[in-house]
Amino acid sequence: MDWLRFFKREQKRSASIAKERLMIAVAHQRSGDANGLRYLPQMREELLAVVRRYVQVPDDAVQFNVARDEGIEVLELNITLPEKQRN
Amino acid sequence: MAKIIVVTSGKGGVGKTTTSASFATGLAARGHKTAVIDFDVGLRNLDLIMGVERRVVFDFVNVINGEATLKQALIKDKQLDTLYILAASQTRDKDALTQEGVERVLNELAQSFEYIICDSPAGIEKGAFMAMYFADEALVVTNPEVSSVRDSDRVLGILSSKSRKSEGGDGKVREHLVLTRYNPARVAKGEMLSVDDVKEILAIPLLGVIPESQSVLTSSNAGVPVIREENSDAGLAYQDLVARFVGEERTHRFLAAPRKGLLGKLFGSQ
Repeated sequence: MDWLRFFKREQKRSASIAKERLMIAVAHQRSGDANGLRYLPQMREELLAVVRRYVQVPDDAVQFNVARDEGIEVLELNITLPEKQRN
Repeated sequence: MAKIIVVTSGKGGVGKTTTSASFATGLAARGHKTAVIDFDVGLRNLDLIMGVERRVVFDFVNVINGEATLKQALIKDKQLDTLYILAASQTRDKDALTQEGVERVLNELAQSFEYIICDSPAGIEKGAFMAMYFADEALVVTNPEVSSVRDSDRVLGILSSKSRKSEGGDGKVREHLVLTRYNPARVAKGEMLSVDDVKEILAIPLLGVIPESQSVLTSSNAGVPVIREENSDAGLAYQDLVARFVGEERTHRFLAAPRKGLLGKLFGSQ
């Protein structure tokens, strides 16, 4: 036992911090790979095309937001219609 | 049937070329006819680690372009007549490696070699992709450090989706973890990820743990693959790794720090 260490305050071991951080980073990376959030850009294009059959909207009218919370993944979709065509 | 094995990692500087050189040398020393190819176009280094840099006349890209035959470009090892090296080109042309060209060279090698080792460049760009694409098996070289582990995981994702095996529905690339620059003393202190931590995160079978060792630098200085150093723990760890690869049972050594004497315990500085 390195006796000088006795006087130092016990701190959280950095290896366990590394492991926790890695588990999260890797899980995030894998979900991006596997369940293919890669389809999002294409889905956005297709949705825009459908919306435009009825309403002329700008390119940024379709907004996605993906949220992960305690194992549940929520895809939030916002389509903003132009002001004057709303009535 | 020749077996194509890629040595890959994603991150640079973790020991891919060191591992490629020692792995190929170890297989050849066991009598298996082995070729090792440097895929790092523009940043040739395997020749230096293997100690053949002064004998490079033609390289991988020359063979692909038909400027030299494979026979002319393969450099025979001075000690082992079962070991051949194909050097990377120093060209800066990124598109020098074509998929058809690489496939043609690998097919030709497969006719006369048992093992073809592909030393991948760092990153996940074309050279790395070419080194991985045709592989039957992969050695994923990882340091017990966050960025290296994450990059290895990324590379595993690519191996499982973008290799010839996965695309052809021909099974999957067999993956092996090679943990390098392992420092058991720091692991014991909780300062470094342990073998078990890395195994748990990457979830692939462990082929070998190479302890951090001064002999890796000194043997690269001399251009001798570290596996030839009989007195080095890194060299012995690579010998075990090769033995395991060909199916022998070897327990993992060098996973615990050497015991300190009483003085070392009292005045241990690290």
